[in-house]
Amino acid sequence: MLNDFFPNVRMEDMITATNETLYMTLISVAGTFILGILLGLLLYLSGPGGLWQNKVVNTITASVVNIFRAIPFIILILLLFPFTDFLVGTIRGPNAALPALIIGGAPFYARLVEIALKEVEKGVVEAAKAMGAKSSTIIFKVLLPESMPALISGITVTAIALIGYTAVAGAIGSGGLGDFAYFYGFQRSNFDVVFICTVLIIIIVFIFQFIGDYASRKLDKR
Amino acid sequence: MITIKDLSKVFQTKDREVKAVDGLSLTINKGEIYGVIGYSGAGKSTFIRLLNRLEDPTEGSIHVGDQDLTGLSKNKLRIARQDIGMIFQHFNLLWSRTVYDNIAFPLEIAGVPKEERSRRVNELIDLVGLSGRGNSYPSQLSGGQKQRVGIARALANNPKVLLCDEATSALDPETTDSILDLLVDINEKLGLTIVLITHEMHVIRKICHQVAVMEQGRIVEKGDVLDVFLHPEQPVTKKFVDQVMGDQEKEHSLKLIKDKYQSGKIVRLHFVGESTNQALISEVSRKFVLDVNILHGKITQTQKGAYGTMFVQFEGDNEEVARAIEYIRSTSVEVEVNPDA
Repeated sequence: MLNDFFPNVRMEDMITATNETLYMTLISVAGTFILGILLGLLLYLSGPGGLWQNKVVNTITASVVNIFRAIPFIILILLLFPFTDFLVGTIRGPNAALPALIIGGAPFYARLVEIALKEVEKGVVEAAKAMGAKSSTIIFKVLLPESMPALISGITVTAIALIGYTAVAGAIGSGGLGDFAYFYGFQRSNFDVVFICTVLIIIIVFIFQFIGDYASRKLDKR
Repeated sequence: MITIKDLSKVFQTKDREVKAVDGLSLTINKGEIYGVIGYSGAGKSTFIRLLNRLEDPTEGSIHVGDQDLTGLSKNKLRIARQDIGMIFQHFNLLWSRTVYDNIAFPLEIAGVPKEERSRRVNELIDLVGLSGRGNSYPSQLSGGQKQRVGIARALANNPKVLLCDEATSALDPETTDSILDLLVDINEKLGLTIVLITHEMHVIRKICHQVAVMEQGRIVEKGDVLDVFLHPEQPVTKKFVDQVMGDQEKEHSLKLIKDKYQSGKIVRLHFVGESTNQALISEVSRKFVLDVNILHGKITQTQKGAYGTMFVQFEGDNEEVARAIEYIRSTSVEVEVNPDA
């Protein structure tokens, strides 16, 4: 029956494309989470009133973050071709999309991290200082745990943006559902394929949102 | 225990300098509960943060024990801070940690091994009266219970000094009293030196041995709580004393008394410390042939004994009244005949 409505949809192709999309999303989310938290911490700690207040570092970090956030993703991929080629050894396939995905996602997430850290009560940091805590203790035992629900909802928003980016990356042949929908679906006028790819992407987005909401709620003891 | 010399803190704002603490000197003895009172903006908050260098002083020195805090390097300061506990107006607990883990936090910082930590935390939970609440999160506790966690956390590393930054200002009167009782209890049990800042004279009256009154970054008056209560010199101190004694009504009611009782002599009696335990009034009426009429009065308890004022009217033979007054003068009660304010 499925074949009557969607004559051009082949199960194994769909599974491969979905797997590629999931692969790109998961790895890039992990990379973005780490790089974004590092950048966000740097923004927060070097900012006014921060633990390592430093105007130069803050200005440089903020500029880098703003520049990379300003570049449209499709252009970022093109700009990164030489870097990707050097790093991955190819500019095609899911792995080739990862540098652009992480470099595109991390600055966005860094700003969300900065906002999350700013929400941590100053008094709690002060209490830790009064107990004689080191900076590393304050970062890992106060700032990050206390902002964890916001960090998780931030990475959820970012992950969904990244799922969108993986589809854009399809334009340069990254593989995944976006690639498949464009080359196999749109260009060959197989609109049933475009439709199924869309449904699959929506399902993936819903799953990520659900997991993110659940984790954020579970962690929030306020 | 704590010696503060010529301490100053200047904040640089965009267009001017603000002297939050201005040439302040103070000595706080071991085992004392020392209260610093002042209105908001008096600099008391800055003052208490200077004591553990949450703010760095612009000038002056602070010695805790025989250690000069002001000269310490960052690392040594961290170690020194473990000897100085601090509690806050808004508790400043980590909401992501349970009561148990909050109290364990300073022990983790000090590198106390896990088993020892667990023993110590359980001990502290019992000490502050939170047995059975170890697994609760701060959000599940009342304000008073949160402050108890704050106190337990501050005591975890057996500090020599406890700093209280408006520790009861966010609590209702009843909870305030229970927290104050706990502080006195700790002070007596552990011999801990406590420095607290507050804007409530009630807190000073209830638990402090010594008090300093702050205004515009300076200490304008200091001394034994009872002395300050009895002889407030500065206008600001008088206002604070009135807060507890409720003497805003005094002038008003004194006028009423004078209008109403024109015969005999109106006398104001000051009771200080132990004298309040004597049955003075009944003694006077027994010893002398006169009538004693109590018009107005209030006696209150402080850590250093009771303190109060009473207006009485003596009616009788003039000479007998004079003799009675002479007799009261010979006790530790202070007498003022025909008070005018």
